[in-house]
Amino acid sequence: MRLDLDPRTIAQARALAAKVGDPIVELATKHTTVAVERATLRLAGLAGADPDGTPWVNHLVDAVRADIGLEHGIALPVWQALAARNNDLTRLAEEAAAGQVTFRLPEGAEAELAAKHAREAVGAGIARLDASRVTRERMIAETGDAPRKPWIYLIVATGDIYEDIPQAQAAAREGADIIAVIRSTGQSLLDYVPEGATREGFAGTYATQENFRLMRAALDETSRELGRYVRLTNYASGLCMPEIAALAGMERLDMMLNDSMYGILFRDINPVRTFVDQRLSRQIHARAGIIINTGEDNYLTTADAVEAAHTVTTSQLLNEYFAKEAGLEDWQLGLGHAFEINPDVPDSFRLELAHALLAKTIFPDAPLKWMPPTRHMTGDIFKGYLLDGFFNLAGAMTDQGILLVGMMTEAVVTPWLSDRDLALQNVRYVMDAAGRLGEDFHPAPDGFIANRAREVLGESIDLLEKIIDEPNGLLDAIADGTFGLMKRPADAGKGLEGVAEKSEAYYNPASDILEGK
Amino acid sequence: MTKENRHLIRPYGDTTGDGMVQVSFTLPIKHSKVADGAALQLANKMGMEPAMVVHSKPMGDDFTFFVVYGQVNHLVDTDKVQVVERDFPLLTPKEANAVIKETLRRPMVVVGACIGTDAHTVGIDAILNIKGFAGEKGLEYYKEIEVVNMGAQVSVPALVEAAVTRGADAVLVSQVVTQRDAHLLNTREMSAAFREAYPAGERPLLVVGGPRFDESMTTELGVDRIFGRGTTPAEVASYLVHRTTMKEPAA
Repeated sequence: MRLDLDPRTIAQARALAAKVGDPIVELATKHTTVAVERATLRLAGLAGADPDGTPWVNHLVDAVRADIGLEHGIALPVWQALAARNNDLTRLAEEAAAGQVTFRLPEGAEAELAAKHAREAVGAGIARLDASRVTRERMIAETGDAPRKPWIYLIVATGDIYEDIPQAQAAAREGADIIAVIRSTGQSLLDYVPEGATREGFAGTYATQENFRLMRAALDETSRELGRYVRLTNYASGLCMPEIAALAGMERLDMMLNDSMYGILFRDINPVRTFVDQRLSRQIHARAGIIINTGEDNYLTTADAVEAAHTVTTSQLLNEYFAKEAGLEDWQLGLGHAFEINPDVPDSFRLELAHALLAKTIFPDAPLKWMPPTRHMTGDIFKGYLLDGFFNLAGAMTDQGILLVGMMTEAVVTPWLSDRDLALQNVRYVMDAAGRLGEDFHPAPDGFIANRAREVLGESIDLLEKIIDEPNGLLDAIADGTFGLMKRPADAGKGLEGVAEKSEAYYNPASDILEGK
Repeated sequence: MTKENRHLIRPYGDTTGDGMVQVSFTLPIKHSKVADGAALQLANKMGMEPAMVVHSKPMGDDFTFFVVYGQVNHLVDTDKVQVVERDFPLLTPKEANAVIKETLRRPMVVVGACIGTDAHTVGIDAILNIKGFAGEKGLEYYKEIEVVNMGAQVSVPALVEAAVTRGADAVLVSQVVTQRDAHLLNTREMSAAFREAYPAGERPLLVVGGPRFDESMTTELGVDRIFGRGTTPAEVASYLVHRTTMKEPAA
C-alpha cells in the first residue's frame, strides 16, 4: 500500500525538522556530561564496581570532577595520572576512590601524550564495537535471518536474568524474531549502570554488561538451533544512555530503544543532559550496527491519538534528523508509532491506517516500529484480542518493519505463557491470511485515508514552524508541553547537575574517533 | 424463582439457572489424552460438573492450553456481598463549585501525582485533566478547585513538599503498575510520610486510585479513600467536596 503524497511537502517537513534540530545539535556539541565521560572510560576498558556496587567509572569521573571539574573531559587528566603513576585504569580508579590521587589538567607535550594514550585505549573499545558488528553479520550469513517482515518482537521481564533466558529461548522457538528484555522499573533514573548478573528486578531485569552477555550467548545458541538469527533488544534511555550504548555495542545487542526526547518527557530528565547523552549514544549505535527504536508510541499513551497524531510525525522527523546527524543510516531507524486510537471513535481503523501509511510513506527505508494498543485495553480480553488482530492487520497492510506483539491481557497481568501463545497465533493468522493484502489495495487519492494523512502531515509542518518561531526553539516547545502533554523546562529535571559546558581544553577521544576526526 | 430468593443466583449461559461458566488455563504437561483428563479433573475440583474440555492445544513440548466449559452448582447470595458503596451525594461541577464557595470560601487545592517509578499517568490525567474521562470533565474544569498535577514518577518527599507548600486540601495518587505489589508498597510509604509531615488531624485527605486496588483496604494502607477501575472525575470531586466540607478531621 502506498500513499500519494507530494514529495515537496515531505521535503519541506524534513527541512523544517533540520532547522529545529540544528541548534540542539550545537548545544549538544558544546556540553559534556558525567555519563558521556563514563562511557568513554567504559570504551577504554574500565569495568567493575567496588564492593558496594558503585562502578569504578563513577568513582573515577567523580574524583576528576572534584579536582578540576568536568569541563575539560576526563581523558587528559586520567591518562596524565596513569602515566605519572604507571598504573592501569582499575588501579587508578581504586586509588582515586580512596582519595590517593590528585588530578590536574596537563598542558603542552604532556597533554599530547595523554591524548595519544587515551585515544589508543578508547580505540580498543571502538574496535570491539566493530568486531561485534562483524560477528553479527557473519552469524546472520551463516545461520540465516528472520524469514519475513515485520519482525516479531516479544518482551520478557521477570527480573531474574536466569529466568529470562529460558523464557526468551522459548519465545524465540515460538516465533519471536526479536527478544526485548524490559529493564527494571526505575533503572532509567539511576546515575550508574549496575554490575554483574542480577536476579532481583522490579517489573523487569537490570541492564548490565553481564546480563547482556549472558542473554546474547543464550540467543546465539537458540539462533543456531532455529536456523535464524534472533535479535536482542534493550534500552539506552535514562541517565546512562551513552554508557549502556557502549556496553550494548561491545556485547553485540542488535537493537536499542533510544529516543531523542523520551527521557525528558516521561522520566523528567533534564533536556540538555538528554540531548548530550543521546548524541554520543547514537554515534556508538551507528558504529556498532545497532538498530534504534524510538518512542513516539508513548505520546499516544498520554495524549489523544487522533488529536496528537501530528506530534508523532513531528517527533519522528526530529528523531530521524538527530539520528542521521549522529551517523545512523535509514536501515537503523526503527521510528516508533502506535495503534492507540479509541476504538469507539468512528472510522478508527481507517484513521490508524492513515497514520501508519503516513509514517511508511515519509520513511520508506526505515524499519518502522509498530506498537500495539495499550490505552484502550480494558481488561475485556476478548475485545482486546480482536483489537490486537486489527493492529496486526494494519501492520501487515502498511508494511511495518518491527511488530511488537500485543497481549490481550495488557493492563491485566504480565503476559502468561498462554497469552503469548495466543498473541503469536493472532499474528500468524493475520500475516498468513492478509500479509500481502497491501499489494491489492491502494487508498483512493482523495479518499478519507489519503486526506487524513495529508492533514496530519500539514499539522506537523505547522507545529515545526511554530517551534522554530519560539525564542528557544525546541527547548521552549518541550517546556510548553507540546509532546505527550508533558511540560519540561530546560533548566529543570533530573541529571542537570551532571552537565558541564566544555572548556577550550576539552578532549574526548570517543567522539573524535566516532566522528572520523 | 420466587421473589424472596432473588438474592440467590447462579451463572447464566442461555437458560436461567443453568450455572454455565467457561475458564481457560495452562497445565505443565505434554499435550495428550492424559492432559485432557487432567484438565477435566481440575475443572471438576473447581466445582464444574459436568465439564467439557472444548479446546486443548500444545504450547511447546511441556505445556498444554485448555478451554473448558461446564456447570457449577454453587449459588451466590447477593445479600452477603460486601462492597464499598458510594456514601456521598454525587454532585455536578456546578453544585460542587457552589458548595466549595459556600463552605470553604476559597478554592479547594488538590495535588495529584503518580508516585514511585510508575509512569502511567492515564489514571491521574483522566481524573484531573480538563479533558476528563467517560464524558465527564476533569477536576481542572472545576472553577473552585485548584489542581496541581505533578505528573509521573514523583517521589514521595516531593509530593509531601508540594502538598505543604500549596496548602493541599487533598492529595490524589494514581498507581497503575502493580508488579510485586508496588502499588501497595508505594501507597503505604506515601501515607506514612504524610503522617510524619503533618500534625495529627491536619493532614490533607489522601486518596489513591488504580485498577488493581481493593477499595476496602483504606485502613490498611493508611488512606481516606480508594477508588478502583472506572471511577469518574465527578465521583472523585463529589467525594472531596463531601469530606472537606463536612469538617470531619481526616483520620
